[in-house]
Amino acid sequence: MTARQTLTAVIVAAIVMFVLPVFFDVLNLTTFAAYALLALSLGFVWGYGGILCFGQTAFYGLGAYVYAMTAINTGEAWSGVFLAIVIPAAFAAVLGAMMFYGRLSDVYLAVVTLVVSLILFRFMNTTAGEQYIIGKARMGGYNGIPGYPTLHIPGDPEAYIYDENLYYFTFIVLVLCYLLTRWLLGSPFGRILVGLRENEQRIELLGYDVRARKTAAFAFGGALAGLAGCLYANAAEIVTPELFGLGLAAEIIIWVIVGGAGTLIGPMIGAAVLGYLKFVLGLRAIKEIFGKDNPLEAPLVFGTILILFILFLPRGVAPTVQGWLSRAPLGRGGPARGGQRRRTRTERARPNA
Amino acid sequence: MTINRRQFVQGATAASALATIPSAAISADSIKLGSVLDTSGIFEIYGKPMEKAHRLAIDEINAGGGLLGRKVEMIPYDTQSNMALYTQYARRLTRRDKVDVVHGGILSASREAIRPTLRKAKTLYFYNTTYEGGVCDRNVFCVGTTPAQQSAILVPEAIERWGKKIYVLAADYNYGQITTNWIKHYAKNAGGNVIQADFFPLNVSDFGSTIAKIQKAKPDMIVAVLVGAAHLSFYRQWSAAGMKKKIPIASTTMSSGNDHRVLTASEGNGVLVCQSYSDKADIPSTKAFLAAWQKKFGNTNDIHEIAASSYDGLHLWAQGVKKAGSLDRMKVIEALESGVSFTGPTGKVTIDGKTHHVTHDMHLIEIQNQQLTILKSIGQIPPSDTQRVCDLEKNPNDTKQYEIKI
Amino acid sequence: MDLAAVVVYEILYTVAFLTLISAGLAIVFGMMRVINLAHGEFVLLGGYAAIVSHNTLGIDIFVSMLIVSPLVVAAFGVIAERLIIRFLYGRLINTMLATWGLSLAMIGGFTLIFGTTTTSIKAPFGGFEVGEFSLSGYNIFIIASAVGVILLIFGVLKFTRAGLIARGAMQDAGVASSFGYDTSKVYMVTFAAGSALTGLAGGVLAPLVGIGPTAGSLYIAKAFITVISGGASVVSGLIASSGFFGFVSQFVTFVTNSVVGEIGLLVAAVILLRLLPTGISGRFFRNRL
Repeated sequence: MTARQTLTAVIVAAIVMFVLPVFFDVLNLTTFAAYALLALSLGFVWGYGGILCFGQTAFYGLGAYVYAMTAINTGEAWSGVFLAIVIPAAFAAVLGAMMFYGRLSDVYLAVVTLVVSLILFRFMNTTAGEQYIIGKARMGGYNGIPGYPTLHIPGDPEAYIYDENLYYFTFIVLVLCYLLTRWLLGSPFGRILVGLRENEQRIELLGYDVRARKTAAFAFGGALAGLAGCLYANAAEIVTPELFGLGLAAEIIIWVIVGGAGTLIGPMIGAAVLGYLKFVLGLRAIKEIFGKDNPLEAPLVFGTILILFILFLPRGVAPTVQGWLSRAPLGRGGPARGGQRRRTRTERARPNA
Repeated sequence: MTINRRQFVQGATAASALATIPSAAISADSIKLGSVLDTSGIFEIYGKPMEKAHRLAIDEINAGGGLLGRKVEMIPYDTQSNMALYTQYARRLTRRDKVDVVHGGILSASREAIRPTLRKAKTLYFYNTTYEGGVCDRNVFCVGTTPAQQSAILVPEAIERWGKKIYVLAADYNYGQITTNWIKHYAKNAGGNVIQADFFPLNVSDFGSTIAKIQKAKPDMIVAVLVGAAHLSFYRQWSAAGMKKKIPIASTTMSSGNDHRVLTASEGNGVLVCQSYSDKADIPSTKAFLAAWQKKFGNTNDIHEIAASSYDGLHLWAQGVKKAGSLDRMKVIEALESGVSFTGPTGKVTIDGKTHHVTHDMHLIEIQNQQLTILKSIGQIPPSDTQRVCDLEKNPNDTKQYEIKI
Repeated sequence: MDLAAVVVYEILYTVAFLTLISAGLAIVFGMMRVINLAHGEFVLLGGYAAIVSHNTLGIDIFVSMLIVSPLVVAAFGVIAERLIIRFLYGRLINTMLATWGLSLAMIGGFTLIFGTTTTSIKAPFGGFEVGEFSLSGYNIFIIASAVGVILLIFGVLKFTRAGLIARGAMQDAGVASSFGYDTSKVYMVTFAAGSALTGLAGGVLAPLVGIGPTAGSLYIAKAFITVISGGASVVSGLIASSGFFGFVSQFVTFVTNSVVGEIGLLVAAVILLRLLPTGISGRFFRNRL
């Protein structure tokens, strides 16, 4: 990515960042920005690394819990932020190494990641008793952990960053992570990763250590997801075992599919748009319009969207739009083989949601 | 499906208000009451009747001329049985809707999620659900029953009837954990003994091996502190294993979600519970409440104890505002602390100023043919569990939830 | 001694439970390489069908569980196969995602039709005694159903012409279709058969577990893990992995509690897949049924 592209990306992102609060509630926007970062992490791992991880929530939830517990113990936020990146990344590295050195692939890998997330979900749900305490932090089981210190200006634990300021902070972190991921994909490591997605055997025969690279990519995805969890924890002011749950695990995949695996911008937009859609469907005003038999049950709508996308637009919105814009013929491959090769000027110039 | 224009317009304005712009639809001079309840998702069986109770009470208050000459307007949020939405909506209620009082919260988890938020924002909070006791916070009034009113009667009665050895099955979160400790406490006082307590996350629905373990332990009774739809499977599997004739069950939770109507008669028969509400109670104010509910909603089958206490909570708050002659939070709190009472579906309830809890009339009830048959009634029981540890007159800045130590 | 019998009985029940909820998924995965993530909701559909048929329509409970439930779910399965899945054969990940969508849509549909309340039917058998223990008689019925399902799958695949054609078409669709068999029809019938077994599971389990719109996640995770760990051979893989997981989870449950039992199952699955990345039958029962 050239300096000029980076500059364009930053300018567009800045405009978007200041325009959005005019139309939407900042509390929601903060949450959606955290979701977008989570989608970015899976968009990277799946869309570029070709690793279909069904349990990205494991790292997301871990980031949120690590942040909350560290913040309670230290009474300030930044050590929590640091650990919320490092611990999920380390966990992803260990899990990734176990899977990739064991030569687990596609559906088996999906099962293992999903199962790991479910183990954490079950475990966190059982920690309501008094004996589950780390330092000063009760793990709380189903209750989750409320009331931990949230982000503040470094050095002054009383100067909280909240509401608008938290939104700006979250958004800037999202843009930085996006740029970092872009840069990583442009580096030799990123190019090998994409080659690996296209043909693992060929890359291996060329003499690269496939397993180590996959593990590293997985760990990077884990770090991004952990950071997303930490940002979410700051927006929500409570962490609960639901963060590890099956429901969210499904939603992330839908965000990436709808937005378009094989791009970075697509999953982020997918997360924000579908996150907003879910919020709107949950509004009681919408429910009251339809009365008791509300046909817009959120799962019904989301399920239908997912089915329609898989059947008619398997590459997702962003690559398809790119395809139209660059007048490229539409390929029929699965989403994991999306438009990376056909990355066009249009996409590079539209860096952020 | 029919939507009339007014419903649509109301819905649409509320939608736009929530989604984008600060609320303009609610008139400036009405009193704003925030209601946060799970009216969808797995806890809707608790939340929906509670919301109806809120609506009924507000209608009655407004029909009587409102409060301080102003109408009361409810701003409801549906938390969708999702604990994370509670903090979100509590902040919305305080920061943007700027409500005068918040009623709601069902599970103890939800109360603990929003209590700090509401306290920070200096917004008065009423928690109207049966719970494990011990919350000591001047900003909060807990209108539901507590272990001193429930387990303290239920456990000794059960021990007298069935024997000394108790096996506890409890939901694995703060309510179940703390209630279990109270059961141990009251069992010991009554000469009984909790031989084993097992905790189950709310999604567990397979109790086969637990039932075998219970038989191995040979208790004289089960005390069930089970919560939510999945846990109901226990009663089904217990009945299918033919255990109903062998070991009796007492429960602190059954019927607070109308579980006795969901289970078949043979699965529910004989379970002993203790609560402040029964539609069979021969009390004039209960009958008046049932009639009003029937008139407004058409069917009284969905009323449960915590819907009744939600109704109590709203009226207690209204009395506090009237007595204070002001909406100022501290003035209302002081008026309520001076000892406000209300006679409603559960008989007479009186606020205890030192603890912000409530004195209740209780009924010992046996479930028979999906009905709550009252065995005996005990009048005016104070929240003595919380009174042991909490004195807001002496320590007005206390915010703790005290837990009993065993 | 009685306690040992009780433990064995509970383990057998859990193995039977896993076999029942996984059988339909195993057929569809083993024969068609399709993973139906709406499987949990298919189980629920079977449960709802039995409940409506027995409680509302007053049909005999065994007819409801053993005939109505499988038929209803098989019919639904055919519709889903024709409308969605047939376009996605050979794209494993895409079928998973599309059926995940179907699963969400069905949860929404159930909520719309039945509400969020958990419903159930009364078990048709009482308990019985082993020494001083009282056990659920209905569990025997569950164990018998599981054995019946295994025998049925084995019998059909091994000894009938339809089974032979199905196996042939799965092994090489091109060759089968050049022999004049309509592979599209074979796939449809296989999917319907898998759905029918899933519906049967929902029907016979309805009296034991409550049926509510979101209860499907209880089944899908376990069935998914059982089937994947079993590997591609339908019968042997299913028996081996249900047996293994049933034993592990119940044994751990007895030693500790049910939550640790569940976690034990999940941990065992991760270790198993790490050691046998293509499942049990991928290693030990290659190319067998």
